[in-house]
Amino acid sequence: MPAVAETRKTVETLGQNTYKWGFETDIEMDIAPKGLNEDTIRLISSRKNEPQWLLEWRLKAYRSWLEMREPTWAKVHYPPIDYQDVHYYAAPRKKPGPKSLEEVDPELLRTYEKLGIPLHEQAMLAGVELPEGEEARPPVAVDAVFDSVSVATTFRKTLQEAGVIFCPISEAVQEHPELVRKYLGSVVPVTDNFYAALNAAVFTDGSFVFVPKGVRCPMELSTYFRINARNTGQFERTLIIVEDGASVSYLEGCTAPMRDENQLHAAVVELVAMEDASIKYSTVQNWYPGDENGKGGIYNFVTKRGACRGARSKISWTQVETGSAITWKYPSCILQGEGSVGEFYSVAVTNNHQQADTGTKMIHIGRNTRSTIIAKTISAGQSDSTYRGLVRMMPKAAGSRNFTQCDSLLIGDRCGAHTVPYIENRNMSARVEHEATTSKISEDQLFYCRQRGLSEEDAVGLIVNGFCKDVLKELPMEFAVEAQKLLQISLEGSVG
Amino acid sequence: MNAIAPVGISPSAFLDRGDVKGNAARLRAADYLRTVGLPRAGVEAWKYTSLRALADVPFAAARRDVDAGAVDTLLAEVETISGLGAGASRAVFVNGRFDAGRSRLPQGVRVAAFDPAAEMRDGIDPAGDVTTALNTVLADDGLALVVPAGVDAGCLLLVSIGLAGEDAPVSFHPQHRIVVEEGGRLAVLDAAVGRGYYLHNPLYDITVQEGGYLSHARIQAEGKKALHLAVSHARVASRGVYDSFTLTLGASLSRHEVHAGLNAAGASVHVNGAQLLAGHQHGDLTSVITHGAPDCISRQTVKNVLADHARGVFQGKIHVERIAQKTDGYQMNQALLLSDTAEIDAKPELEIYADDVKCSHGATVGALDDDQLFYLRSRGIPGEAARSILIRAFLHDVVDQIDDARLKDSLNLAVEAWWKREVA
Repeated sequence: MPAVAETRKTVETLGQNTYKWGFETDIEMDIAPKGLNEDTIRLISSRKNEPQWLLEWRLKAYRSWLEMREPTWAKVHYPPIDYQDVHYYAAPRKKPGPKSLEEVDPELLRTYEKLGIPLHEQAMLAGVELPEGEEARPPVAVDAVFDSVSVATTFRKTLQEAGVIFCPISEAVQEHPELVRKYLGSVVPVTDNFYAALNAAVFTDGSFVFVPKGVRCPMELSTYFRINARNTGQFERTLIIVEDGASVSYLEGCTAPMRDENQLHAAVVELVAMEDASIKYSTVQNWYPGDENGKGGIYNFVTKRGACRGARSKISWTQVETGSAITWKYPSCILQGEGSVGEFYSVAVTNNHQQADTGTKMIHIGRNTRSTIIAKTISAGQSDSTYRGLVRMMPKAAGSRNFTQCDSLLIGDRCGAHTVPYIENRNMSARVEHEATTSKISEDQLFYCRQRGLSEEDAVGLIVNGFCKDVLKELPMEFAVEAQKLLQISLEGSVG
Repeated sequence: MNAIAPVGISPSAFLDRGDVKGNAARLRAADYLRTVGLPRAGVEAWKYTSLRALADVPFAAARRDVDAGAVDTLLAEVETISGLGAGASRAVFVNGRFDAGRSRLPQGVRVAAFDPAAEMRDGIDPAGDVTTALNTVLADDGLALVVPAGVDAGCLLLVSIGLAGEDAPVSFHPQHRIVVEEGGRLAVLDAAVGRGYYLHNPLYDITVQEGGYLSHARIQAEGKKALHLAVSHARVASRGVYDSFTLTLGASLSRHEVHAGLNAAGASVHVNGAQLLAGHQHGDLTSVITHGAPDCISRQTVKNVLADHARGVFQGKIHVERIAQKTDGYQMNQALLLSDTAEIDAKPELEIYADDVKCSHGATVGALDDDQLFYLRSRGIPGEAARSILIRAFLHDVVDQIDDARLKDSLNLAVEAWWKREVA
């Protein structure tokens, strides 16, 4: 069994890889003192010039958070978090807009470069004011969240012409308060869970998308989340509303600088799809996972939920999770509208000492609702990866369907892969199907590739990509390419 | 899930009855019941089954002087259900007490008197779960049987008869210990019946030694008002087989918890079952299969047929330890809902720490397949008859998993009887 031995050996050497995107940008920051109390929340709210109702909403969230306990049911272990030892607000200092890329903080540009953002997009992200008549037309609109404040939003104009609102949520609070007030917290209530309550109390920014009736959003919307300042909790809040017959595809990508202390991230994403609306939400998450000894890394406690409110609406979650020391994330769909559709496609890769507990919830309320869950889990090193999912058929969900497939791949004998599905059915005509498998890369597959001249690393890469194909094909083109690279990088060294 | 967890309800009525003096296991179990108590809402292992029915009910010790006529009637009922006539060897327990007069133990086995002071074998934690703890504190009788090496002890009918009034709740907690030594064989058909308001809380302490074979089929057909909380702890050695089946038909609230440990290479275990529930019945089959050694096999198929307002629960966990390479684990859970008010809650779980394993599970839940119904109806079979054929085929499929032909026949008979009584 030389292949097994080699795989093991390579898994062991895996930790020697350095995090490719471990870098830190040194920009002047405006930071609130550490700790969480009502004053911190009032400070955040006043810095952002928020209306009274939002402050009260935050305070309500904070007060219920005080009553809550951190959930312990997930299969993740970490030392207790001191929530008073975190900065809850950090914003880059405001400067007047630069005239060209030369005037932009070189540190920021280097960050963009390492992220692989094309030059003309970099200019837009950095807020460079382009001369009259000159308009670059990349196919993606990027709203870069640089720590907690959106540095710049591009392609606002093109979107505006279509009637699409795409802006930082703090701006939406100022300019479209009626929309924000109506929908904020309507999918994930402030009291939903410990981390969602914390987020509601202290969120600093995030993206806001509104697609009006009948509009097909003219471009893919994308946000780059970056956690940047030392000891800054990142509390993003994203709200996407798609009206009747409208559609949008939203891309979220994450990388973060390398650092030693664990960083807390508790984001909330809310999606609302009305009649015949469709939302596609894709994520590539590659935050710093900690080093080969499990030191450092991001704690990622995220609440993502979509409500299919209207008939025939559709919400599709696709995620590629390769980063973070701890992942606690269950993008869910509430299928309320008759004939609405929920989808969840996930690839989760853990290595070294990473721990991931991720999955989805599909709550079927309306008649003839359908959901599909495809979850692929790959564990290497000494990591633990858990799929945890719930499919619930409510009494009125007649004729509803669910299909779930969870496959786990173990690389090495010191990791763990777990599957914890919950199936609850209260309607006799609803049908739930679930299947799960656990296996390793077979000697036969490896041998077949090797004898055709592929290196072991390429062979494993090929097999792993094939294992994840059902999920990767759901990603938008540019993300699919990035995701394949990420899988390769994440397992690099483990295989050759 | 975030509320501060209160301590569970203290089962003081039970604690007052248990004599724990000088018995370490009982002390530990009593301590568990006192401090942890009955599971409160939010305890993961009891997510879908509530033991509120036990709280605040002063379950008294079951009477020993019971109506002999009623016992004989129920015993005849068991013989009818099982198809095992009066000639078969049997061990009869009435209200948890061994009834020597009605029992005929098989040849070639060793039977010891129940010794409450005897320590449970290694690997059973008296305070590991509430069902085990409750039994440990209150057990005062049970079958202690050893099948010697190389002996085929045939088929044993293990009967539990519960007799209680409608208003004065009683409980009994037998503790059965079965050891099958190297190369020994035994088939146990375990049937529980009864009348009145009682709690039957049996514990099965099962050891299958090298190359031993134990087939253990349970027919739980308790009275309508009864509560049934059973727990099995099985340990299987190299090349040993523990083939178990639980058929749940009776009781208003029941749970059978199976903890099976595969502790030596080449051991195998089957934890199959079927729950056929109607009315407002609640049935729970929970199992934890632990692969603690390489090259072991586990198989599990559990089916539920739920009518009226019945609620079926299945929680099955396959735990594969780091050392258990070459594990072969399979788990299938299916449910048919016959009414819009029935409910199934399933949690099939895999926890895997070894990489060279073959583990899979599947679950399907829903109504009868329209295509299958159409197929039969297009051949002239009336709707109701077609439904009946499909549901019984669904059940025969799982009963078929039992190796022992005698047990298989008995279970098929019991399924047919239930079908005629409850649905047809």
